[in-house]
Parts: sequence; structure tokens; C-alpha cells
Amino acid sequence: MTTKAFGEPIARLEDPRLLTGQGRFLDDIGHRALAAAFVRSPHAHARIAAIDVTDAVGVDGLVAIYTHDDLDGRAGEPLPLLIPHEALTHGRTGYALAKDEVNHVGEPIVMVVATDRYVAEDVCARIRVEYEFLPPVVGIEAARAAELLVHDDVPGNVSAHMVQENGDVDAALAAAPHVLELDLDIERSASTPLEGKGVHARWDADDASLRVYTSTQASTSVRAALAARLELPLDRVEVIAPDVGGGFGVKIVHPWPEEVMVPWAAIRLGREVKWTEDRREHFVGATHERGQLQHVKVGFDDDGRLLGLDVTVWHDNGAYTPYGIIVPIVTTTQLLGPYKPGAYRAEFFSLYTNTVTVTPYRGAGRPQGCFAMERTMDAIAAYLGLDRTVVRERNFIRPDEMPYDHGLIFQDGRPLIYDSGDYPATLDKLKKLIGWEEFEAFRAEARAAGRRVGIGIACYVEGTGVGPYEGGWVKVETDGTVVAATGLTTQGQGHRTVFAQVVAEELGVPVDRVTVTTGDTRRFGYAVGTFASRAAVMSGNALASAARKVRQKALRVAGEALEADPRDLEIVDGVVRVIGSPSGAPGGSIPLATVAVLANPLRYAFDREAERATQFGGPVDISKPPVAEGDSPGLEDTGFYSPPRSTFANGMHAAIVETDPDTAEISILRYCVVHDCGTLINPRIVEGQIHGGVAQGVGGALYERMVYDDAGQLLNASFMDFLMPYATEVPVIETDHLETPSPLNPLGIKGAGEAGVIPGSAVLASAISDAEGFAITRMPISPSDLYSLRLERQPR
Amino acid sequence: MSPAEELYEVTLVVNGVPRSATVPARRLLSDFLRHDLELTGTHVGCEHGVCGACTVLVDGRPIRSCLQFAVTVDGAEVTTVEGCTRPDGELGPVQQAFRDCHGLQCGFCTPGFVTTVTAYLEENPAPTTEQAREAIAGNLCRCTGYQNIVASVLRAAELRQTPAEEASR
Repeated sequence: MTTKAFGEPIARLEDPRLLTGQGRFLDDIGHRALAAAFVRSPHAHARIAAIDVTDAVGVDGLVAIYTHDDLDGRAGEPLPLLIPHEALTHGRTGYALAKDEVNHVGEPIVMVVATDRYVAEDVCARIRVEYEFLPPVVGIEAARAAELLVHDDVPGNVSAHMVQENGDVDAALAAAPHVLELDLDIERSASTPLEGKGVHARWDADDASLRVYTSTQASTSVRAALAARLELPLDRVEVIAPDVGGGFGVKIVHPWPEEVMVPWAAIRLGREVKWTEDRREHFVGATHERGQLQHVKVGFDDDGRLLGLDVTVWHDNGAYTPYGIIVPIVTTTQLLGPYKPGAYRAEFFSLYTNTVTVTPYRGAGRPQGCFAMERTMDAIAAYLGLDRTVVRERNFIRPDEMPYDHGLIFQDGRPLIYDSGDYPATLDKLKKLIGWEEFEAFRAEARAAGRRVGIGIACYVEGTGVGPYEGGWVKVETDGTVVAATGLTTQGQGHRTVFAQVVAEELGVPVDRVTVTTGDTRRFGYAVGTFASRAAVMSGNALASAARKVRQKALRVAGEALEADPRDLEIVDGVVRVIGSPSGAPGGSIPLATVAVLANPLRYAFDREAERATQFGGPVDISKPPVAEGDSPGLEDTGFYSPPRSTFANGMHAAIVETDPDTAEISILRYCVVHDCGTLINPRIVEGQIHGGVAQGVGGALYERMVYDDAGQLLNASFMDFLMPYATEVPVIETDHLETPSPLNPLGIKGAGEAGVIPGSAVLASAISDAEGFAITRMPISPSDLYSLRLERQPR
Repeated sequence: MSPAEELYEVTLVVNGVPRSATVPARRLLSDFLRHDLELTGTHVGCEHGVCGACTVLVDGRPIRSCLQFAVTVDGAEVTTVEGCTRPDGELGPVQQAFRDCHGLQCGFCTPGFVTTVTAYLEENPAPTTEQAREAIAGNLCRCTGYQNIVASVLRAAELRQTPAEEASR
């Protein structure tokens, strides 16, 4: 293997373990742990009148039953509101176990610990909770009407009201030659990773320390939250994200009620305790996203150029706001996509409902924003009789206008300034890929055969790589292998491969010699987490920085050993050598392994290699201390990356659909993607991210919705009824890409994790509208929805 | 006090090795493999037979181990993902194909795909692309969008036809 690693589509280093059943996911750990299960509210809104455990206490294998009354100290306080914001005037969070009131079906009320999960669930079934029912608020319209309240002390069910404005929108709209208004609706979906949440905790009473494994996207922050809540010193708590079976946003929330309760019980019982979320629990006890109503008022000129854009969003935040108002902030800022909106005003109301809490799901508000903007673009094109790509092109921010300042504040609290991107070039590539100009001929041909087809397009810009920072640590071991660690977590993105590629490239070692650890606070304690398509940007650059420092030190130490100027040295295939000389040249090279030995002056020789670093092991300059002032032993270093602001990736999707004239069945005939996420570390992994995102976009557009009844019951809380796409529902995905490097970071990379999902509903709505000849304004859309829409349009 | 559960000794030949444990009648095969035998390669994604992550081969046929009690398959031969390797422990053809084609991301659903595809290729050693897509259409994956899993099925079919030494060249 050569040292060329960065940018190559190499096979993943983590795969052999995962393919042979050697992965270690949360439920694969702790076979001897006690099992926890939870009694959850079957009601959407109720007061807890009494909890009766009489029938439960005799069950063989029962260890403990806990309710809120048992929670001492800070464990009994409301869970943290992770991202406060001045507009979030009425933030509310739940408790680790419900206190007095429940606000959605699935909220945990009682924790049971038993010898195994079967017994724990038996016990749960025997615990009787008496409720006083309260009328539930279900759906955005009910929340907005506010005839009933979710929380007594939150008027109008409004957790947050926020307005951002750039320019005089009212004046722009009043002066605009044309004005259109749109009402739009997107329903709920959810991240739905194949592995749910899960927590395992081990309290070491002798060491007074806690080790927690949790299926999370933010192990360092779980650690801090647990230390605070359980009132333990931070250095007595370690949190490890083991192999995590998908996240897609839901696992960024923390600490979950169960994440507090499992360690709390482990400490109290002095036993290992584990809880693994089952599928129904995940549907009702984790979080959802996407549900919004939107109103758009847009003013434009005869060419379709935007003059003013006024958007109002009613966002369903569910029962609580543990993750603040990130989702509606993202919707109302990222809605702008690649366009110059003219004067812009975005207003949102974040509303409580008695349903599962809403927190980011891959895309995190962007799919809804993209839907609003792209439906608007199509509406303008239809109104003016223009090609939809022409209207878009006329509103694009041009490459020579970069960096482009939208005059708004983004979700990271920093200015919304696009760093780079070439939107016209992206559109050109997409039109060629799908054959935009040839489509009318295809439509005519299909029509002649009695078929109905349509083409759609949607564009997005995605702020990625948000701060505040990530760090990385790199060490060359004395056997020449390289170990590296970063604090953020991994849920399938192939970080162990791409970060190894970054380190290998910087250090000049073969990539298979680099082992990367993520999400383990024992290995790296400073981190933020994996969300917002930030991992490659943040930890990639942090690890590159650490590796560069290690490289500098390696060259210096090798220079001393080789009696050469470090500037004349290079590292190739793990060997330091005089630039251009073959590795075997006598006196001209030294393996990195030996450099690592020499970098750590020893008194004791524990093996033959170590002898070289001992005090009598070789020639030394006795005029200097063994470790120079300001230096440290070992061939290792730490680096951090903290960006001034986010970097903005972009992409455009186009789809051709066929709708059955009789049954309204919707088939995707082609799906094309052009994306630009800056410099690629591993094209194959980026492509995989796009594929997965598109599948979720298709699911969100055509299949997935959380169906609540008026009583607040989730009617489809299973994989049998919540329709996630199988292989037969996902079209062949054709991709092309541009690489416009980000000027904001040394590697030039932008995030790619969420890109694929963002335009899904927008592009399919565009294509279905084109096939049907009327505008689709509500997603997802099923064949029966489409059939109903057709009937509404038929003259009676 | 509720009465203790009645226990049964269940013996399976798992990946060629006889394995026994004493379990209640209601112990699912998935839990038996994972928690009694500590073969955690088999994963549980939905507990109601929809996602396919828990698929194992019982006497060569793919079944959902979350829908089967361990006692009902007493005496059977079971192949799990751990048993889909080559005899020398290296990746078997289906596993190698998934690696070659980037057919997995988080890896949670992957064991169910590997076992499903292993059984499928016994039946149909040379599938078309459409057949490959159908073959995996009973398994859910939330990460990959299935593009590379379809490619993995086709690649696995190729690798099965090729002697191992040649494939590794």
C-alpha cells in the first residue's frame, strides 16, 4: 500500500469487524448486567394520580422499582434545555421519570430493574398507574388555535417566536410587479436508525467511578451532563459510544431519561445495569421531526427575479424543547438555498403539542425550508410560463459574489455567510445528467403511450461543519503504528477510515497502519458531537493539525539522529529519509518506529528497541536536557480546529416520475444528484452518504409519516406500519459532483452527511406537480392522497 | 411470589459447533444466540419480523430469529453471520463483496443481509440486477439507500464463482 490516502476511494477499515459479527453495539455489551424496562404513559396528556406496585413486588427476579419520588438531588430536576435561545421564552423539558404530569404517549413514569428483560417487562405489566385525563393538543392547527394548552403556563402553546429580517419586505412586496402566496404542509417523520437507543452503566465502588456506554452522538456532553446530574466529579465519569447502529440526529439529544436512570440505578444498586430500547419504545420514547405548516408570500419581477420573500412557519416541537429551537432556525435560514431573496423576512412560531418531542433528524429543518423555497420557485415559473431551471438560474448567487452575506444569523449564532460554491455550474451538470432539455420529447412519447410522466428539480445549500470546535490526538507508537483519537462519535460514517486517511496523508504512513478511536472520553475528552454534517470538517481538520505537529517533531528528532536538516527530510511509507533518496540508503533514513523510540528518553529498557532510547544507549548531547524545554516526551500531539463560521455545501437533485392515470401510483423513473461538498477525503464514502440521504428523502416524500389520532396515539408505531423504504422503493441514484474547496479550513472540505435527504420532498413534489399539471403543496404524498387531489379537481 | 419459570435445555449446532443452554420456553432464538450463547453478531432491529436484521439460517433456510422460540428449533443447525466467514476466518464471499462495494455503513442491519444473501445465492448463484434487488427486498437498511447492497449481491455471486486465491489477487 502506498502513502497516497487522501482523496482515494479506499475500502473501509471498520468493515471486517462489522461483517463478521465482531461489532460491539450497545446490546452486545454487558451480558451479566441487570436489565431495565420502563412503564410509559399510554396517554397523551394526563396527571399521574397514583402508582400501585402491589402486584409487581412478588415477581421472581425483580430487583428494584423506581418512580420520580425516589430521585434524590439533581437527578429529580427537569432534564437540561441543551440549547437556550433568547427567543425560546417558554422552554420546557421533562424529567428522568415523569413527575405529576405526562405530556405524550411514551413518556417514562416508572423504571423497573430485574434479572433479565423478560422479567422486567413482566413487572412493568403488573404496575398500575392511575391517571386523571387532560385533553390533548394534537397537530399544528390545534396547537395554533390554542383552545387547549399543553403546558398550563405556556400561553398559546408558543415556546418560541422569532423574526429575522433583512431589508424592507413590506415595501418590496408592495412594489413588486407580481406577488404569489403559498400554503405548504410537511408531516412528521423520524430518524429511525435500525438500532434504537441503549445505555449500559457500571459503577466501580472501589474506584468510586462510573463507566457508561451509550448509543449516542455526543459522548463528551453525556459525560458532563451525567457528572452534573449524578453529582459526581467529572474525572470519575467516563462515557463511551460503542459501535452505534445509525443516528441520523435522534441520538444527539442527551441526556435521555434512560441515560440518567440507568447509571443512577447502577450506582444505587452497585450492579451493572443495561437498557436496550425496543422498536415501539423508539417510536414513542425517542424524538421525531419535520412537521411544519408554512405560508410564503413572494414578490418578483417579469423575469422571475425575487424582490421580496416573507415566510411564516408554524413548527411542531412536540411535548418538550430539550434541543431548543434549532430546527425552525435552520428552516428559516437555510430556506434561502442558492438564491438571492431580495428583501427577506422569516418568522416562526414553535408550538407545543402532546406528541413525541421534536429534535433534529438528518437535514434538521432544511428539507422543510428547501420545500418552501423550491415550491415557490416552481410557482413563479408556472405563473410566468418560464422554464423552472431558468427562474432558478436567474436568482442564483453567482460564483463571483462569494463570499455572500445573507444578513441573517445562522444556527451557530454566527453570520449566515456562504463561503464558496458554483451554483450555475452545478445546475449545468444536473441538466446534462438528467437530460432536462430532452425531457419534453420523452413526455410526448410517454403521453402517446397513455403514460403520464413529469420532471422535477430542487436546489439546496447546506451549512455544514458548525463549531464551536473539535480536537484530535495522534501518536506514533514505538512499533511504527499510529493511533489517533477524536472525541466526536461515529454512527456509520466511516470515520475510522476517513480520519485514518487524513492522518496517513499528513504523516506519510500507510493508511492501514493508522487506528482511530472516536467517541470514547477515556481517549479524548474535549468534543462537541456528531451532527450538522460537521465530523469530517471539524475532526478532519483537527486531526490534520495534530498529525502535522507530530510530523514536525518526527522530522526534528530524525534530523538529530541522521545529522540532517529537518527541512531536507520527508516521510514516505513510514520512513523518514533525505528527500528523494531511496529508503535503503545507509545513514540516509530512519523508520518512524525508531524515531518514536528516540522521542521518549528512557531510563529502563523494556525491550531491544527501547535500549536505543536509554541513557547509555547511544551518543547524546550532554549539554542539553534529555527533554528540551517546552518539549514533551513521545511522538504525539494534539490539535484543535475551531471555524470562524460554517462552511456551505450545496447540491441539486432532479427526478423523473411516472404517475398512474388510474391508480395514482407514483414511480420514480430516474433520480439524479449533483453535489458539491468541497474537497473529498473518500469519494466512495461520500457517495454512500448521498445514497442513504436520498433513500430517506424518498421515504419522507412518498412513504413515511407519523400518524397520530385525535387522542394523541401514534397509530403506526412499528416497522409494519411506518413505511420505511426497502430496496424496491429506492430508485437507482445517478450522481455527479463538483469540488469547490472551502476557503475556511486547511483541508478545503465541507460536510456531506445530510446533503442527500434535503431536497427529497421538494424534487418529488416538483416532478409529481409537473406530471399532474397542478401544484403539490403537502408532503408526503401517497397514491391515495394523489387520487383525492385529482378528484377535488374534477368538475362534478 | 410468582412461580419460577420452567427451564428447558436447548442444543443447537451453531456454525458447526454444538452449543447448549438452559432457558425458559419463551426465550426467543435471537436472545438465545445473543445473550445465552453470546454470539452477538445477530442483531435485533424491530422484534416483529419486519426489518430482517436478525435473519439466521436454520438448516440452511433464512428465518427471522426474533419470531422463533429457541426451544422450537432444538437440535437444528444454525448459521449466523459469524459462520459466514471462510474456514480460515477470513471474510467469506458475501462479506468480502459487501466490503468491496461499500455495502454497509453503521453495520447494524448488515448481519441480516449477509445471511439472507448467503442463502439466496445458494438458490440462485447468478442473479440479474433486478433479482439481486428483489433478493434483499425483505431487509431494512437505513444508511445505504441499498444501491451498494444490490452491487454487493452481484459481486458476491462473482466471488463465489472464483477460487479464493484468485479473488484476492
